[in-house]
Amino acid sequence: MSAVIPIHADAGCTDAPVLAERGQREVFCGLTGIIWLHRKMQDAFFLVVGSRTCAHLIQSAAGVMIFAEPRFATAILDERDLAGLADAQDELDRVVKRLLERRPDIRLLFLVGSCPSEVIKLDLSRAAGRLSERFMPQVRVLNYSGSGIETTFTQGEDACLAALVPVLPVSMQQHEPELLIVGALADVVEDQFARLFTAMGIRRFAFFPSRRSTALPAVGPQTRFLLAQPFLADSARALEGRGACRVSAPFPLGAEGSAAWMQAAGAAMGLQAAEVEQAIAPARKRAEQALTTHREALTGKRIFFFPDSQLEVPLARFLARELGMVLTEVGTPYLHRQHLAVELAWLPAGTALSEGQDVERQLDRCRALRPDIVVCGLGLANPLEAEGFTTKWSIELVFTPIQGFEQAGDLAGLFTRPLTRRTLLAA
Amino acid sequence: MQLTLWTYEGPPHVGAMRIATAMRDVHYVLHAPQGDTYADLLFTMIERRTERPPVTYTTFQARDLGGDTAQLFKDAARDAYERFKPQALLVGASCTAELIQDDPGGLTQALNLPVPVIPLELPAYQRKENWGAAETFYQLVRTLAVKPAQPRVRGENKPRCNILGPTALGFRHRDDVREICQLLAQIGVAVNVVAPLGASPQDLARLVDADFNVVLYPEVAHQAAGWMARNLGQPATKTIPIGAGATREFIREVATLAGLDPGLATTETHSHAPWYARSVDANYLTAKRVFVFGDATHAIAAARVAASELGFKVVGLGTYSREFARDVREAAALYGVDALISDDYLEVEAAISAAGPELVLGTQMERHIAKRLGLPCAVISAPIHVQDFPARYSPQMGFEGANVLFDAWVHPLMMGLEEHLIGMFRGDFEFHEDAAPSHLGGAAIKAKQDEAPALIELPPPEPDKQEGPAAAITAAWAPDAEKELRKIPFFVRGKARRNTERYAQDHSVPVITIETLYDAKAHFSR
Repeated sequence: MSAVIPIHADAGCTDAPVLAERGQREVFCGLTGIIWLHRKMQDAFFLVVGSRTCAHLIQSAAGVMIFAEPRFATAILDERDLAGLADAQDELDRVVKRLLERRPDIRLLFLVGSCPSEVIKLDLSRAAGRLSERFMPQVRVLNYSGSGIETTFTQGEDACLAALVPVLPVSMQQHEPELLIVGALADVVEDQFARLFTAMGIRRFAFFPSRRSTALPAVGPQTRFLLAQPFLADSARALEGRGACRVSAPFPLGAEGSAAWMQAAGAAMGLQAAEVEQAIAPARKRAEQALTTHREALTGKRIFFFPDSQLEVPLARFLARELGMVLTEVGTPYLHRQHLAVELAWLPAGTALSEGQDVERQLDRCRALRPDIVVCGLGLANPLEAEGFTTKWSIELVFTPIQGFEQAGDLAGLFTRPLTRRTLLAA
Repeated sequence: MQLTLWTYEGPPHVGAMRIATAMRDVHYVLHAPQGDTYADLLFTMIERRTERPPVTYTTFQARDLGGDTAQLFKDAARDAYERFKPQALLVGASCTAELIQDDPGGLTQALNLPVPVIPLELPAYQRKENWGAAETFYQLVRTLAVKPAQPRVRGENKPRCNILGPTALGFRHRDDVREICQLLAQIGVAVNVVAPLGASPQDLARLVDADFNVVLYPEVAHQAAGWMARNLGQPATKTIPIGAGATREFIREVATLAGLDPGLATTETHSHAPWYARSVDANYLTAKRVFVFGDATHAIAAARVAASELGFKVVGLGTYSREFARDVREAAALYGVDALISDDYLEVEAAISAAGPELVLGTQMERHIAKRLGLPCAVISAPIHVQDFPARYSPQMGFEGANVLFDAWVHPLMMGLEEHLIGMFRGDFEFHEDAAPSHLGGAAIKAKQDEAPALIELPPPEPDKQEGPAAAITAAWAPDAEKELRKIPFFVRGKARRNTERYAQDHSVPVITIETLYDAKAHFSR
């Protein structure tokens, strides 16, 4: 790793070169997104069409949640399905019929493509159209791909939301801007944001995905959408296709990030910066206060990110700017320069960025850098701990509420805890 | 297409990973798309291994499908060999790579690596995890345990055996191996090689030096052991030493194969379980209804221990291991029940509800089914979660294993004296039937049944599940009969309820009154 020379000091990493790698990737596929998406969309069911491996993956990732009669399942392909395609479509109809009889409360069914179904080119979009025709208006059937060959981890959410965009209602009002927050957020975070928007005086705002499929937000040329998550490239494109405009902002992580995100929301809705500032001031102050205790533990500590969720760049920005951490390498599975423009500008100049992965080489770099804390997946975490590294497993950053002011302290705490623990156990 | 929520077994390549991870100096190159690395965390998290599994994935993506996936595989295999320098290389395809039909074996042969390359054919759309493990171990043994040209080195003073079957991610394999090794040492049998757990390819080459094989887990080792019996002339044990009785039988079998005194089987230094089961506190265990489900080996062994060492009544026996369905059917016949051969957990749940057990012995899934049905449960077989890879020594096999089984199975039940006291003081404000067993702490509180006066325990109205015998219509309970029923000690109340309902059904009584309750009691006590 050679240090990157900043081109101009105040542009952060805007033009920084990125190490692009190909090789073995130690990441989840997009099917994993189902685990949090089905919690968010309360009347949706996710049916994966795939192999036993897909079913096994979801159950391994879902842990104990699988027993609470969750709203996802796998239609496992067997030899007979591989023999002829026409047959597979009939089989799928049979499985879906059985499923919907069993779960009459379901209003939205996603047929989720997997690697096997994509490779045999099972036409799930045709199946979704056919089944939708058959079960509408009770159940709408859509499809997207969460396959590993096309999607990495959180990109599954992107694919799912992008599939929903075409069925969003058309917004009838034509004059005033409407704000759409895009990306699944924990309910508690969503509620906090809604309260702040209301305090700012924004009346027309909605969240996408909505909690129920029967109350999908409308979209039109007056829609200004603000991404709450950094991994929504296709969804953003689909929304733009429907005339909506993306509002550029950093992501709402940390006090500073959340404030800037709120400011962007306000500006898009025609508010003055001072109005927004006034509405968010108490929450922002609380967040800054919550961070001070963690700053002591984290300042000067060196952190290394393995790629996982695309949240790495915003997280690194937060940890560097608000907590004084030193970034060694920030890996991301995919770097969307446009959506991350503000984030990149805010990263300390000279940060080593990498996109994609060759896990063995990246481990070599990590070992050579000897960071104080490593953010990585569960496949790497214990082996790295055994080598003497302190790790923070990354999936928790996707499952835990971390966005917004009230969660800023918790987010910092996720990084402080493993370091504290190491100190405690060593003592 | 099969609609699945939960799967008892992973795909066959996960079985292969369990073998590779169990061994030393073996590396597995798996042609697989991005995402299949999820399986790594089974080993690093559930089993808490300190090293990554020795598996390299090619991680092909959609854009690679144009035709260079074969090259991708060759590069991955070459790089993996260069980096890890294994003594043997396993190569194969996961379910998706099976569809794109690159030939991992042929591609790797072309690389001319200086170590044995073992191609694995694991049909992912027909077979499952245990089959994959058995096949992988068999291929390794077949390739590496070659008959030597010179006469084999037999045990000089002591007879020698191999221990076959323990793997990574195996339920208590770590401690079973230790227990069985101790047992064998005690009776004077030397262990030649334990495989696959802890063995290297060089160790597999020495398999032939043993006089016979001890097969601990037929699901993994039966195929390899069969081949070794035919080609290397090594007989294999058939008894699975789970439970004190089976352990004694196992010692007899080993002693016979080793040419030692079969009377060694009386060695029983550490076994408290048989005495505990005879002690009066265990009286209340008599004829407790138990439902057993798991892999074939553990299910059959558990049923035997339950029936003959704890005095339970086996009311259900089943397995998800289709490969061993016949053995389970034979075992089930011993207890007069029909074997349940299924990998559909909803079917298992229905069977458990229908059998009305007082204890469930099963896997992680049965643990959750039992929780839902409010039944006590102990885990006897994989699949298991992290808590069943305990830090403490807890084998299932051998005499210490028998002790562990006694504690683990009796623990979720009310202790005998406690049951008795609750029967005496039932209704007492702090010592009542809805109180959880005191040794389980206050948190495990059952649903507040006493707040619902109409205590008609009908299965939840899920039309899908009303299959089989459970679908029969049950007579309704009159409120006063329901009240009277509650005066019967709760640990026999379930039986009383079942008997009364059966009586009502047989006699076409539409509403159960106090009279019916006592009629039924008289009828069944004849």
